[in-house]
Amino acid sequence: MAWNYKPGVPIYQQIVSIMKAGIASGTYPAGSRVPTVREMALEAGVNPNTMQRAFAEMEREGYFYSVRTSGRYVTEDTEKLKDLRKSLSQAHIGELFRQLRGLGMKDEEILTAVREWTETEGREPAAGRKE
Amino acid sequence: MSNILECRNLTKKFGPVTALDSVNLELVPGRIVGLLGPNGSGKTTMIKLAARLLQPTSGEILIDGMAPGAESKEIISYLPDRDFLPDYMNVEGLLGFYQDFYEDFDRERAVGMLENLGIDLSMGLKKMSKGTREKVQLILTMSRRARIYLLDEPIAGVDPAARDYILRTIISNYDEEAMVLISTHLISDVESILDEAIFIREGRVLLFDSCDAIRERTGKSLDTYFRETFAY
Repeated sequence: MAWNYKPGVPIYQQIVSIMKAGIASGTYPAGSRVPTVREMALEAGVNPNTMQRAFAEMEREGYFYSVRTSGRYVTEDTEKLKDLRKSLSQAHIGELFRQLRGLGMKDEEILTAVREWTETEGREPAAGRKE
Repeated sequence: MSNILECRNLTKKFGPVTALDSVNLELVPGRIVGLLGPNGSGKTTMIKLAARLLQPTSGEILIDGMAPGAESKEIISYLPDRDFLPDYMNVEGLLGFYQDFYEDFDRERAVGMLENLGIDLSMGLKKMSKGTREKVQLILTMSRRARIYLLDEPIAGVDPAARDYILRTIISNYDEEAMVLISTHLISDVESILDEAIFIREGRVLLFDSCDAIRERTGKSLDTYFRETFAY
């Protein structure tokens, strides 16, 4: 169905990761209303109990908060969002280095290669960039 | 939370063949439960016992604390593994049929789901494809406001798009007061919508646990774990 899940990891944890990435990337903007458990369950192709558990975890970690009658919202805590972006980017960088070290590259070589890449094919789009 | 479906030493024999062998299970409302096992493991027998189409040889099955009977039948919505649509009817006639038979049938809900599928109420059932017939049968089954839904192989033999539709229909009709029991051997297709899984082989329950607990403990998907468990 809509989302893909890896084997061997509880689905609610995978949903938590996907939602965190969604917050960091702006799919779920700070302060925006989160869809209901039912809507999200349908979108993610999981049952509502699983989604409820993922939401509870997001609340426990402070990324979502509930307002009694009007629903659930994404946190507006900018420090928290900054930390989230940082920890997600750290994970990506860690993965990149693990992979490239696995290919036998030295860290200096990796850094040089990354710089070269950004200057050629991986160049950042000049306009319309989100920040 | 009280059990909505309970089996106590439930045994069913067909002559010399033991289809179910001392099954003990306690299922609670608000869960979507997978009854998973290879062909001939006793899945359909178990569902038919719950639907009171079969009588146990020994042991008992309790529906909301009662032995299966007229009262329990009212709270069970059952989707058989065979096509049960009468060819001579159209959709409208079928809706009338359900309304007459089941007090808890929510016609509006059924019509809404049929409309979403683009099925005309005047359409004859004879003209429908296998996939469409499966969807219509599921819609009728899920449109009852029951406490127990027994779905016997709801996704067997349909294409991936129809399968997604069926799974979405099950999720969108989720009711915390009700329990959904889905029998299937197509585990990878259903595993993301299940809360709990029952692994059954040769009439015995090998495992009954929450799906996330199984994934966490084994480090595998239910599907992979199932293949290993049932590799002969």
